[in-house]
Amino acid sequence: MFGDYSLGDLGSIFVMQGFAGLILFSVYVLMALGLAIIFGQMGVINMAHGEFMILGAYVTWMTSNLFQTYMPGLFGGYFFLAMILAFLASGALGMVVEWVLIRHLYKRPLDTLLATWGLSLMLQQAYRSVFGAREVGVELPQWMLGSLHVTDSIEVPINGVFVMCLTVLITVGVAYVLYMSRWGRQVRAVVQNRIMAGAVGINTEKVDRYTFGLGCGIAGVAGSAFTMIGSTGPTSGQLYIVDTFLVVVFGGAASLIGTIASAFSISQTQSTLEFFMSGSMAKVLTLLAVVGILMLRPQGLFALKVRK
Amino acid sequence: MSDEANKGLLSPLRRKLLMGMAAVPAITMLPKASFAQAPATSAVNTTGLAVTDTEVTVGILHSATGTMAISETGSIEAEKLAIEQINAMGGVLGRKIKFIQEDGASDWPTFAEKAKKLLVNDKVAAIMGCWTSASRKAVLPVMEQYNGMLYYPTFYEGLEQSKNVIYTGQEATQQILAGLNWIAKEKGAKSFFFIGSDYIWPRTSNKIARKHVENVLKGKVVGEEYYALGSTQFNSVINKIKLTKPDVIFTDVVGGSNVAFYKQLKAAGIDLAKQPLLTISVTEDEIDGIGGENIAGAYACMKYFQSLDNPNNKAFVPAFKKMWGEKTVIGDVTQAAYLGPWLWKLTVEKAGSFDVDKIAAASPGVEFKGAPEGYVRIHENHHLWSKTRVGRAKLDGQFELIYETADLVEPDPFPKGYQ
Repeated sequence: MFGDYSLGDLGSIFVMQGFAGLILFSVYVLMALGLAIIFGQMGVINMAHGEFMILGAYVTWMTSNLFQTYMPGLFGGYFFLAMILAFLASGALGMVVEWVLIRHLYKRPLDTLLATWGLSLMLQQAYRSVFGAREVGVELPQWMLGSLHVTDSIEVPINGVFVMCLTVLITVGVAYVLYMSRWGRQVRAVVQNRIMAGAVGINTEKVDRYTFGLGCGIAGVAGSAFTMIGSTGPTSGQLYIVDTFLVVVFGGAASLIGTIASAFSISQTQSTLEFFMSGSMAKVLTLLAVVGILMLRPQGLFALKVRK
Repeated sequence: MSDEANKGLLSPLRRKLLMGMAAVPAITMLPKASFAQAPATSAVNTTGLAVTDTEVTVGILHSATGTMAISETGSIEAEKLAIEQINAMGGVLGRKIKFIQEDGASDWPTFAEKAKKLLVNDKVAAIMGCWTSASRKAVLPVMEQYNGMLYYPTFYEGLEQSKNVIYTGQEATQQILAGLNWIAKEKGAKSFFFIGSDYIWPRTSNKIARKHVENVLKGKVVGEEYYALGSTQFNSVINKIKLTKPDVIFTDVVGGSNVAFYKQLKAAGIDLAKQPLLTISVTEDEIDGIGGENIAGAYACMKYFQSLDNPNNKAFVPAFKKMWGEKTVIGDVTQAAYLGPWLWKLTVEKAGSFDVDKIAAASPGVEFKGAPEGYVRIHENHHLWSKTRVGRAKLDGQFELIYETADLVEPDPFPKGYQ
């Protein structure tokens, strides 16, 4: 297939394709981080993860409308405020959900799967009733559209760069919180041994609530960022959930590094394959590879001890 | 249940008798036509449908919940509008249309179950409904077994024809061929890149399009790609498009993927003003989600655009907005759904009966002059003769009409040489 192209053409395509893979990588990390925290640290299978993301997307949409109506002058910067609001909204909802629903189910991990799946259906219908069944279009400030012109054939999408920066920022933030801060130490203590953690005076219920809130909040930020590259509708969250679980399970629950490594390998495999064959076939081969590796390594790429 | 039914039969009868007595003095003043408009129920309904002296019941069967609600909401709205307008004009054969709405919930077995419920329990005279081909395929055996009448609004892949279905949308050749001809002539296009969602409609449509490009237009298809429904990442295929530099990108990507595709196309620096793109899957409804700024300049091949400039459409659009809100947009399928109740009414009046067999037989040749898309007529094969139009997407989410076929295009659900 390369016979007809000049060397320059090929070179720039490899660069572009490399970027495509990196963007896909950032997207995967961003959407999987929240789930990795909840699934990995708490052992809760959160099927409503996609809906928490879409809440973030809707918050972004509302913020954008608000700015357009009341402060058109500041429209260029609304996205940053929208992401913060998305974090707060999804995080708050996550904490409420944890208090009402999840905390009663910690000893029954499979039941959380059903409960959160039910929650995802309820949230979808709630979005449909509040925002309407149709998709909404989130308008972006002008500077976020289009691409950076590097050479005639190499163009870097601005929103891709934005997602990459955001991913790095949030990953570093999460790593800092989990591994350096006092609260992070408490979280890890609870993960390793809940009873002992309680015995030394850690308020395990509070730690659980904040951990769940943090995971959902990050999902909200991811949803907010994805308004740049995807759709915003009541059921859009469903588009992400399978890939998200794939990344988290493949990486090995409870491991931040594992999530990142798995996102990297899946995204690179997929985007390379996509280039050489059709999209559906690439997906099939990627999934086959993942299934094959999971059969050899059921615990995922990087495994730590999880709560028993 | 049976008590109620009896009451329902008796009391209108009594009322009719009273009314008849009261009307005796005035009877000579009535024009003769008013008798013809309300013929006796026993004469127009010989198969036990839900038809009374004053009312006739039809079913509306779409997804009001689930993933397809995004698309099907517009169809529900259009059908309700048409029914209300028909009732305001006096109904069908002197009877008001009453509708029972069922929710297919984006689940194909549910569609079949609800269709059966509408036909067997409610005895509806016709069903306006279904949207995806999968839901139609699930409902079709039910319609044929219990002899119902379905008015199906969506443009679809063809390869189907039934006594019990009227297809008010375009089948694939009606939608695709004229558009390809136009873009080949207008843009001198020789090479095409196809990209679609991976299911039956895009695959069949692209098959037809490929045959047309290769055999009729003597062009070349430089790429044909499918992505799973719901895919949100298109950067790789966009790179392939950049590498192959096709004259035209031809797309039938659907649903949420659509939004992702156009946003990423724009972000990758592909300017649709310079790179012609022809889509058969984006209507005004989809642009709502995609955002006008992401798709401006693309061409869409449809039979209806909200911006059409004709007297019918100028009455239709305000009526629709008055009923459903100023911000709603009207896409191709919404308009096709609006045709359903009207075509049914016209056919019932032509047949002089609500009986399904008589309607199926009377359908060919029925014309609707008030269609927002302009004049339409039902073909022998139960599809519609309609024009093919090409529009260019504008920043405000509307289409500007660029081209329309001079004549109505004949529906050809089993195209020879394209299979």
